[in-house]
Amino acid sequence: MKIGVVTFPGTLDDRDAQRAVRIAGGEVVKLWHADADLHSVDAVILPGGFSFGDYLRCGAIAAQAPVMESIIDAANGGLPVLGICNGFQVLVESHLLPGGLIRNEHQHFICRDQKLIVENIDTAWTNGFKLGQEITIPLKNGEGGYIADDETLRRLEGDGLIAFRYSEVNPNGSVNNIAGLRNERGNVVGLMPHPEHAVEPGFGPDTPLAMRSGVDGLTFFTSVLNQVVNS
Amino acid sequence: MPKIIVEVMPKADLLDPAGKAVANALQRKGNAEITNVRIGKRIELHYEVAPTEEQIEAAKQIAADFLSNGVIEDVVAVTVEN
Repeated sequence: MKIGVVTFPGTLDDRDAQRAVRIAGGEVVKLWHADADLHSVDAVILPGGFSFGDYLRCGAIAAQAPVMESIIDAANGGLPVLGICNGFQVLVESHLLPGGLIRNEHQHFICRDQKLIVENIDTAWTNGFKLGQEITIPLKNGEGGYIADDETLRRLEGDGLIAFRYSEVNPNGSVNNIAGLRNERGNVVGLMPHPEHAVEPGFGPDTPLAMRSGVDGLTFFTSVLNQVVNS
Repeated sequence: MPKIIVEVMPKADLLDPAGKAVANALQRKGNAEITNVRIGKRIELHYEVAPTEEQIEAAKQIAADFLSNGVIEDVVAVTVEN
């Protein structure tokens, strides 16, 4: 199973995303922003970072990259796409997911292990979770406040398009505690927190069992591999 | 040089942290009469020759689709300066 990981100028977490794919058992294909060829991948990850220096708006210039034209077409045709942090911002700027992301309400960059509630498991990237499961993965962003107009929010809530909500603490002022979204088809998922940083014991968030033993993020990557195998 | 100037502002009902920080500094400096500051963007599109009506329309479209995000910002002005 080939999972493409896109690198834009200013992407930071592409190597961690590649590592997460390998740990989950997938084959990594490196995709470059200027190359519109998706090299026959079975899924795509848009990793975190500060693509194009966050110029204009976070993710706005990356959304215009040649590789994104192909990804938008493929996503509309059902290709699984996961956007993490800046990747989520790219998905929103590409109109693959609705709404927008603005500077954190408290105006500070935040970096913490964040509890989330899995709100939807009918997606390519969350089918390995249990509905309502609480997971902990790192969160690190300056512009992670999710907003949308009232009509969009009603649709997101009514159609079950909220994939993750922040639990216990709302770290950035996101409306309705929204941490991540899915599209109608369930192939596109975007979220601000970073599953790729919680995939290997010794390097993840602390858990009650042991320090740095959290691997809740791994399920994102095993989920898509299972879906690709079964489809 | 002919240009089209696009002005983009954060939506009125959204928090503008940069504007708020500047407003706080101005208050500290004793400018009590300034009640609020909002910071937006001025983007200049440069042309070799004065843009045609069609090109102005295209620029307005670019302003709406790319230079601003309608969820969080408003294009408040598109001005041609020849």
